[in-house]
Amino acid sequence: MTTAVAISFVVNGEHIEASVLPRLNLADFLREYLKLTGTHVGCEHGVCGACTVRVNGDIVRSCLLLAVQAHNATVETIEGVSDSGEIADLQSAFRDRNALQCGFCTPGMLMAAQDLLKQSLSPNRQQIREHLSGNYCRCTGYQAIVDAIETTVRTRAGRLP
Amino acid sequence: MTSAQENPETLSALDRPNSYIGKTVPRPNLDRLMQGRGLYVSDIELPRMAHVVFLRSPHAHAKIKGIDASAAKQMQGVIAVVSGEELSKIITPWVGVLSHLKGLKSAPQSALAVDRVCWQGEAVAAVVASSRAQAEDAAELVEVEYEELDAVTDMRTALDSATVVIHPSLCDNLAFERNHDAGAVDQAFAEADEVVEADFVFGRHTGVTLEPRSVVADWNATESRLTIYQGTQAPHMVQNIAALHLGLTESQVRVVCKDVGGSFGIKVHIYADEMATYALSKLLRRPVKFVADRVESFNTDIHARDHRCKGKIGVRRDGTITAFEIDDLTGIGPYSMYPRTSAIEANQVVNLVGGPYLTKNYRARARVVFQNKNVTCQYRAVGHPIACSVTEGLVDLAAMKIGMDPVEIRRRNLIADDAYPCASPSGLRFEQLSHHAALAKLIRMMDYEALRADQAALRAKNIHRGIGIASFIEVTNPSAAFYGVGGAKISSQDGVAVRLDAQGSVICQTSITEQGQGSESLTAQIVGSVLGVSMDRVRVILGDTDNTPYGGGTWASRGAGIGGEAALQAAKALRKNILDVAAAVLQSTPGELDIVNNGIVSAVDGTPRIDLNELARIVYFRPDTLPPGIQPEFMATRHFVPREYPFAFTNGVQASWLEVDTDTGFVKLLKHWVVEDCGTIINPQLVDEQIRGGVVQGLGAALFEKCVYDERGQLTNANLADYLVPMSGEMPDIDVGHVVSPTLESELGAKGAGEAGTAGAAAAVTNAVNDALRPFGTVITEIPLTPQVILAALGRI
Repeated sequence: MTTAVAISFVVNGEHIEASVLPRLNLADFLREYLKLTGTHVGCEHGVCGACTVRVNGDIVRSCLLLAVQAHNATVETIEGVSDSGEIADLQSAFRDRNALQCGFCTPGMLMAAQDLLKQSLSPNRQQIREHLSGNYCRCTGYQAIVDAIETTVRTRAGRLP
Repeated sequence: MTSAQENPETLSALDRPNSYIGKTVPRPNLDRLMQGRGLYVSDIELPRMAHVVFLRSPHAHAKIKGIDASAAKQMQGVIAVVSGEELSKIITPWVGVLSHLKGLKSAPQSALAVDRVCWQGEAVAAVVASSRAQAEDAAELVEVEYEELDAVTDMRTALDSATVVIHPSLCDNLAFERNHDAGAVDQAFAEADEVVEADFVFGRHTGVTLEPRSVVADWNATESRLTIYQGTQAPHMVQNIAALHLGLTESQVRVVCKDVGGSFGIKVHIYADEMATYALSKLLRRPVKFVADRVESFNTDIHARDHRCKGKIGVRRDGTITAFEIDDLTGIGPYSMYPRTSAIEANQVVNLVGGPYLTKNYRARARVVFQNKNVTCQYRAVGHPIACSVTEGLVDLAAMKIGMDPVEIRRRNLIADDAYPCASPSGLRFEQLSHHAALAKLIRMMDYEALRADQAALRAKNIHRGIGIASFIEVTNPSAAFYGVGGAKISSQDGVAVRLDAQGSVICQTSITEQGQGSESLTAQIVGSVLGVSMDRVRVILGDTDNTPYGGGTWASRGAGIGGEAALQAAKALRKNILDVAAAVLQSTPGELDIVNNGIVSAVDGTPRIDLNELARIVYFRPDTLPPGIQPEFMATRHFVPREYPFAFTNGVQASWLEVDTDTGFVKLLKHWVVEDCGTIINPQLVDEQIRGGVVQGLGAALFEKCVYDERGQLTNANLADYLVPMSGEMPDIDVGHVVSPTLESELGAKGAGEAGTAGAAAAVTNAVNDALRPFGTVITEIPLTPQVILAALGRI
C-alpha cells in the first residue's frame, strides 16, 4: 500500500497521468494534484455530497472513490461542466434565486441537480427534494435550491422541440 | 408599527429614483462560488506550507503522564512533534471571563493540553509534516500515557458534593449564576386561577458548518509579521487575540478572511487548536495549515444549548398571564470559551423569557456548570430557542389549562404595538416591536381557521396533525453592552471607507464580513443607491485587517444594521465631496446637482451635466484645471454603532403545521410560516433566505440534532451518518412575511434578521407536536423530538 501506482484518465477533457498512492481518494487527488478546488470536502465519509463529481457520466462521492479506481475513466468536475456551459442555465437560475449562501455545498449541489435533470424531464418538487437528499446545505434551508431547479426544469422543457 | 421613516432627509437618501434599497438584486460574485472558483481557507496553499494534525485525547478527563514522540519524529516528512509544554513557551494561556457577568469564573486554558485533558477531543500534541497524510501517519505513532480521572458528565449532579471538581482552584463546578426577580411573583402566582409547571429539556447540538474550521498561519520572521488566513466572522477579534497571546502588537498580525464555508456562530470564536496553529507557525518559521476533519469538528467546534429548564406560568381564566418563573441549568464543558465566554447564552435565556408578553412578574435563576464534555458557546440565536421554547411552551400549557385557543391567549397578552418604548420583565428596553401586526399577518397567511377545520376532520380519521405558534423577540445590532463593557476587545462599531476611483467606479472597504448572508450585496446596494452609481460599478472589499476599517465583523445579526449604516454614512459623505467638486467644475452649486446613473445631473430636471468618469478624470489627472482652492477628497470613511439602545430588538412569530405518526413516532413537517420585523429591508430575497436558513437550523434542533454523550463523556455520534441534520427531503416549504418597523437609531433603519428563523422554529414545532397529540393527553417538553421521545410519551415503548 505504500508503493505509488501509475494512473491515466481524462479530467474535464484533459488527459492526466499521475503516480499516486493507492489510498489517495479522488477528491484529494483533484484538489491537491490538479488544483481543482471546486470539489469540496465536507465530511470525508460520503454523507454530505460536497465532493460530488461525475465519473463516466454518473455522479459519485469523490471522497469514497480512490484515485486509482478512476484509472481509464472520464472524470468531470464543477470546473469542467461550468467551462463547457453545460449547466449555465442552472447556474443562472441559482444566481437569480439566491440558491446558495456560503457556496460550499454548491458545486456538489449543482452536479446532483444536473444529474437529476438528465434523468428526468419533469421532476416535481418532491422528486427534486428527494434527489438532493444526499447533499447537505446548511445555509439556505433548501427551498431556494428546489425553486431554482424547478425553474430550470421549466426553461429546459420550453426549449424542447 | 410604522412602515417608513418620516424624516424627509432619510427619504431622499433611500428613495432615490435609482435606489437599490428594498430591491431584490443578485449578490455579486456568485458566479465564482457556483463555478467552484471560490477561495476557502481549505483551498489555500503557500510556499513551504506544512500541515498540522492534532493528537486528541480519547478520554473525557485524564492526567497526561507522558508523551513519547520519538518514533513519530523519525517518520518521513515529519517536521516537528510539539507538546503543550513546548508550545506554552510561544503562546500564553487564557481565561474566558467577562467582568459584566458577575461571578463568572473559568480556569486557564492552553493551546495544547498541559498535564491534563478535560474533554474527549482536547488536543495533547501537534504533529507537523510536509503533507496532511504524513502528519496523520506520524500521529498514530505518538504514544501518550494517560491516567483516567472521574468525569463530570451529568449537569444535574455537577454541583453535588460527591462530584469531582474539574478545576480544584475554582472550588466547585459552578461557572456562573444569575438570579432575577421582578414584580411580585409570589403574589402573582397566588392570584392566578391556574398555575402550570413543566420541565424542558434541550439537547446539545452543534453548527455543522459544511466547511470545517480551517486556518493557515504564516509567520514571516523577516517582517516579524503573522498573516492568518481564517474563515472567521470577526477578523479584528482574531487579530487582537493572536497578538495578545503571541506577544505581538496588532500591527504585526494580519487576518485575511476569504470565502467562508458556513459560520452560524461556530466561526466567531477562537479555538485552542487555532491558537496552536498560529504558535506553530511562529515556532517553525513557516506557514502551517490546519483543517479539521469531520470527527474533529464534532468533538471541538463549539456545541450549543444543553439546557434543563423548569418553567412555571400563572394564568387567570380570562387568559391574563400573571407571572413567569424559570430555573435554568446548562452545562458548558470544562472551560468558558474565550473571549466571548460560555455564560452569555444562559444570560440571554434569563433576558428573553417572557419577553413578548405584558406581565412584569418574572423570577429566574440560571446556573452554568462545568462538565467534561466539549465546550459550548454562542451559536446562531444565542439563548433564543431556549427562551422561546420555554415561554411559548408555557403559554400553550396555560391556554390548554383554561381551554383557550393558543392564538387568543397570545392576542390577550402580547405587548401592544402602540405601547413602545417600554421594557420587558427582565428590564430589556424595547424601541418598537410589532407582535400584534405580525400575529395578525401570520394568521392570514396560514389561514388559521381553515387549518383548524382540516385538523378536526383528519383527527376523525385517526390522522394527527398539529398547529404550533411561537412569538419571539430577537437580539440584534449589539452595542458595546454585549462584550465591550465586560472587557473583551470585540468591537461593537463598524467602519466603511468609500472611494471613487479614476474611472468613476466605487470601491468600498468594510469591516463586516461575508459568509453568504449577502454582506457584499447589501453594502454595494446601499453605497450604489446613495452615490447614484450602478451596482456593477461598486466593488466591496472585506475580510482583511490590513485593508478594511477596524470593526466587529458579522455576527449577532449586526451586518446590515451596523455595517450597513456605516456604509450609508460613508457614501453620503463621499456624495457631498463629489457634488462639491462637480459644482466647482460646472460653475453650479451642490444643491443644484444630483448623481444619477453614474453621472452628475441637474437636480431640477435630470439633465445630464458630466459623467462621473469624466469628473474623476479631471480630479485625478488634470487637477491643475480645477478652480483655485479646491482640494477634492474622493474618499470618505464613517463608523457607526447604536448608542441609544444597547440592542435593536426585533420580533416575529412562527407557525408550524405537521403530522405525527403515532405508530412510528415520526414527524412529517407539512408547512412552516414566519412573519418577522427586521426594520428596513435592504434586499427582500436575502432577508427571506436568512429566515428560511435559520428556520431549518431550528427545525434540526427540534427534530434531529443531538450530540450524544455516554456516561464516561464519550461523544458517540461524532459523524454525519449518526448525527442527523435536516435534508431537503424532510424540509417543508417556508412562507415568509414581514412587518416593517425601522429602528430610529440609524438613518437606514435596519435591524437584524439572522437569528429570527432559529429563534422560534423549535418552539413552533414542539407546540405543534403537542397540539397533534392532544387526544392522547400527553405533553412533550423535550427536543429533539425523536421517534423514541414521541413513542415513549405515547407509552408505546
